[in-house]
Amino acid sequence: MARIGVFICHCGENISATVDCPKVSEVAAKFPGVAYSVDYKYMCSDPGQSLVVNAIKEHKLTGIVVSACSPRMHEPTFRRACAEAGLNPYLCEMANIREHCSWVHEKGDRTDQKAIDVVRMMVEKVKRNNALMSIKVPVTKTALVIGGGVAGIQAALDIANAGHKVVMVEREPSIGGHMSQLSETFPTLDCSQCILTPRMVEVAQNPNITLYTYAEVESVEGFVGNFNVKIRKKAKSIDETLCNGCGMCTTKCPQKKIPNEFELGMGNRPAIYVPFPQAVPNVPVIDRLNCTYYKNGKCKICEKFCQPKAIRFDQEDEIIEVAVGAISICTGFDVKKTDFFPEYGYGKHKDIIDGLQFERMASASGPTLGAIRRPSDGAEPKKIVFVACAGSRDPAKGIEYCSKICCMYTAKHAILYKHKVHDGTAYIFYMDIRAAGKNYDEFTRRAIEEDNAQYIRGRVSSIYERDGKLIVIGTDTLMNHETVEIEADMVVLATAGVANQGAEELAQKLHVSYDQHRFFSEAHPKLKPVETNTAGIYLAGACQSPKDIPESVAAASGVAGKISCLFSSSELTREPLIAFVDRIAAPDYSSCTGCFLCQPVCPYNAIEKEDIKDRAGNLIKSLAYINPGLCQGCGTCVAICKSKSIDIDGYTNQQMYSEVDALLNS
Amino acid sequence: MKLGFYPGCSLEGASREYNESVQAVAEKLGIELVSIPDWNCCGATAAHNLDKELSLSLPARNLALAEEAGLTELVVPCAACYSRFTVTQHELLHDNAMHKKVNEIIGKEYKGTLRILNVIQFIEEYIIDKLEDNMKFEINKKVACYYGCLLVRPNKILNFDRTEDPQTMDVVMKKLGADSIDWAFKTECCGAGFSVSFTEAVGRLSGKIIEDASHRGAEALVVACPMCHSNLDMRRPAMDKYNGKKIDTPVIYITQAIGLALGIDRKKLGLNRHFVPVKLDNFKPYVKKEVVVENTQIMEEI
Ligand SMILES: Cc1cc2nc3c(=O)[nH]c(=O)nc-3n(C[C@H](O)[C@H](O)[C@H](O)COP(=O)(O)OP(=O)(O)OC[C@H]3O[C@@H](n4cnc5c(N)ncnc54)[C@H](O)[C@@H]3O)c2cc1C
Ligand code: SF4
Ligand code: SF4
Repeated sequence: MARIGVFICHCGENISATVDCPKVSEVAAKFPGVAYSVDYKYMCSDPGQSLVVNAIKEHKLTGIVVSACSPRMHEPTFRRACAEAGLNPYLCEMANIREHCSWVHEKGDRTDQKAIDVVRMMVEKVKRNNALMSIKVPVTKTALVIGGGVAGIQAALDIANAGHKVVMVEREPSIGGHMSQLSETFPTLDCSQCILTPRMVEVAQNPNITLYTYAEVESVEGFVGNFNVKIRKKAKSIDETLCNGCGMCTTKCPQKKIPNEFELGMGNRPAIYVPFPQAVPNVPVIDRLNCTYYKNGKCKICEKFCQPKAIRFDQEDEIIEVAVGAISICTGFDVKKTDFFPEYGYGKHKDIIDGLQFERMASASGPTLGAIRRPSDGAEPKKIVFVACAGSRDPAKGIEYCSKICCMYTAKHAILYKHKVHDGTAYIFYMDIRAAGKNYDEFTRRAIEEDNAQYIRGRVSSIYERDGKLIVIGTDTLMNHETVEIEADMVVLATAGVANQGAEELAQKLHVSYDQHRFFSEAHPKLKPVETNTAGIYLAGACQSPKDIPESVAAASGVAGKISCLFSSSELTREPLIAFVDRIAAPDYSSCTGCFLCQPVCPYNAIEKEDIKDRAGNLIKSLAYINPGLCQGCGTCVAICKSKSIDIDGYTNQQMYSEVDALLNS
Repeated sequence: MKLGFYPGCSLEGASREYNESVQAVAEKLGIELVSIPDWNCCGATAAHNLDKELSLSLPARNLALAEEAGLTELVVPCAACYSRFTVTQHELLHDNAMHKKVNEIIGKEYKGTLRILNVIQFIEEYIIDKLEDNMKFEINKKVACYYGCLLVRPNKILNFDRTEDPQTMDVVMKKLGADSIDWAFKTECCGAGFSVSFTEAVGRLSGKIIEDASHRGAEALVVACPMCHSNLDMRRPAMDKYNGKKIDTPVIYITQAIGLALGIDRKKLGLNRHFVPVKLDNFKPYVKKEVVVENTQIMEEI
């Protein structure tokens, strides 16, 4: 005889303000099989949990229904309480009357009735629940880090230094990400390359880290602790083991006029190139789209000059398979280009550049060796205008959010400009100065007070070119909305930070969610900021939302902590909610007919063949067998099985039908 | 070919030359423009600031009348009328209650089946393909196309051309052989709202437009809106005062430019009616470019 306990939670006022909890409890007490029913203000609190534990013991309950929030939130809590009271944790069910009821309906009888129905369904289900034992799976103690920007570098080093193996996959020929392009960094103005490049070298030298550059993730299968990853290592046309990084090839390549991506088009590079001198690894790649040999079948000059004979024109992409236990996404962000702004000329004016281009210009290793110069004629700009929030915080542009980093880097740009052009004036059009952070506001004050940055609070409606000058039309909202017209030599747009190219495809490969702006989504905005919704997959840095370096690094160390925890034991406990094929007595052994329709539909390749043999070893029958280590409980096989031989523990057909029956017969 | 036509007050009054040039071009190319019988004011004046129902009912009555007359497409050359008509169509088709109310007010059933064309769309769909066979002259001049505020806004409703730096007029002018320049004031305000009440503002706003165009070497401004035209043309003294110099760059309607290319008599195009004299002449005779159709098959055989 079932003895079910029902626990109705008020969730403070979250539920009780809308649903009449005492009434629900009273009604539930009368459901057949219910031995105990109670309502309480905070069921998840310590006294709440004690209430559950004591009731199980005292009333000898055989199953419980906690009627509260989503099972995503507190199912583990109440399962633990069951275990503590000596009840199998899988004899606990959650009836969600918060997200599914109080939060979405108005107060009233019909809402109460819905809450009652939801509880009734779960009572009927839990009566048919079976005690289940959790599954143990081994953990592969290797982490995959996708993206080698500062976030990826930090995560990889922390995990490696904790004694675990790391595989890092970077799309570009070198690691470093955006930080390697920056000049000096706010709020301290230390040189970006000087603090980053040693860490890049550490990645290359750490024996625990395997680095694949010019590579991308091709596919990911498996689950937490046991992922199988295929990596496509794009052909560099170089034998990396032979190349000694002498750079002969890059100096001799006759194709010299290819826009340099690292310099954002402000410089040129040859067809065989390393993105920047401090690249890690210091191995060139041939850009096949622009190489004369790949285009016309003639040239091979680099091969002639390469002393260690490292050039391989016939090299093909390589697919590398690795087994990893956890994955960290660190693929970073991108910035909108100037052509996104019709009101600023669709990117057609050479002297309107974006913030990253300004970084390159201000960088000692950049195309102008650190001198601020107009791209159009190389003149030193004496009047420069910075436009903050270019695209950001602008619903009309589809980017409602604040890009967060631009207020700070714009202040930095104004400071750097003043340090380089002493007699110049920098104007900054801004909406608000968002400088929250340690020493951040002080930094913007420094731009204003010491470096004479002219902050104008208002937006820029248009910029046009006239006689070699850029006319910037804006408004000053602190001066009675007067129109401001500045004849500038150069304009820098602090363009919005956006999701990186390919983020969506990567999210789909990894089965993790992303938001409407294609940034990767965290599992919980407050309590799980570095986890994704998929167990074992984490995220750090600007791939989640625009972030500055300290934040990216902190998140990366957070991920490393999480992954180290995961790797701290050799086995993982998994929920036993998986499919199984029924077994019955001989001579049938199972209702499975051995048609194996289920085999190709299983997305996790979990279905195997099991042969039933007699004592003499003769085959009697072949049945489907579901490998419990691989099954993810998705239920696809259940749906396709003609003979209804497959069921999922915790979600059997009988359990589901009983829920539906309970609802229909209420 | 028969198309509906809504002149509105401007085209019958201050901007007669716009009407004359539209009619002359249509006639030349065999397009019949049928005016909506018993049409009324479009409400572009004060109505849309004062009374929402009135501002929707005035255009709705015109549209309903056009539908009753069996018209399916309506050419509306005035940018302000065009704006009122398209906004009304949009609002009524997206607001059932208002649609019903307006139907009651106008005592007619407005269905919303009509396609409304501004003058550029009219040119794109019915004129541009006929130019090659009918052009007598190339407008071999540097021109600045001025779109003003209403032709391309609000973009969400009109979905016509790009709001900043529009291009459709430039395409037409290039087709006529003109060198249409890239300039900064294509959609800046000309101050038409203050045309009567605050001419000094017009002097400043329109003054900047005229100055930039002439500074960049434009020999004429090309417009498609009677308000833009009367402002830029008639208020020239105020602009000259603002600019501190006299600028005599004329302002012509795009239909006048087409008329000139088609060799229509200047008077018929109303070019004599402008305040700033339109001296443009010495057009290059147009020679139709022979299009060589390559028959690749034959070429290969040879
Ligand atoms: C103009 C400008 C100035 C800035 N100045 C400062 C400053 O002064 N101080 C500061 O703290 N912050 C600054 N920032 C912010 C700083 O750049 C970021 O915080 C930092 O780069 C984020 O690091 P990340 O590793 O998350 O991303 P990224 O630097 O974007 O690195 C991501 C890496 O992942 C790789 N990748 C992307 N997709 C894939 C894929 N599918 N597979 C494999 N690899 C992939 C990329 O190639 C890249 O190497 C500035 C930003 C800008 C735009
Ligand atoms: S083969 Fe290609 S990469 Fe090598 S030198 Fe020639 S163009 Fe440059
Ligand atoms: S950080 Fe500053 S400039 Fe950037 S979007 Fe936010 S408010 Fe605008």
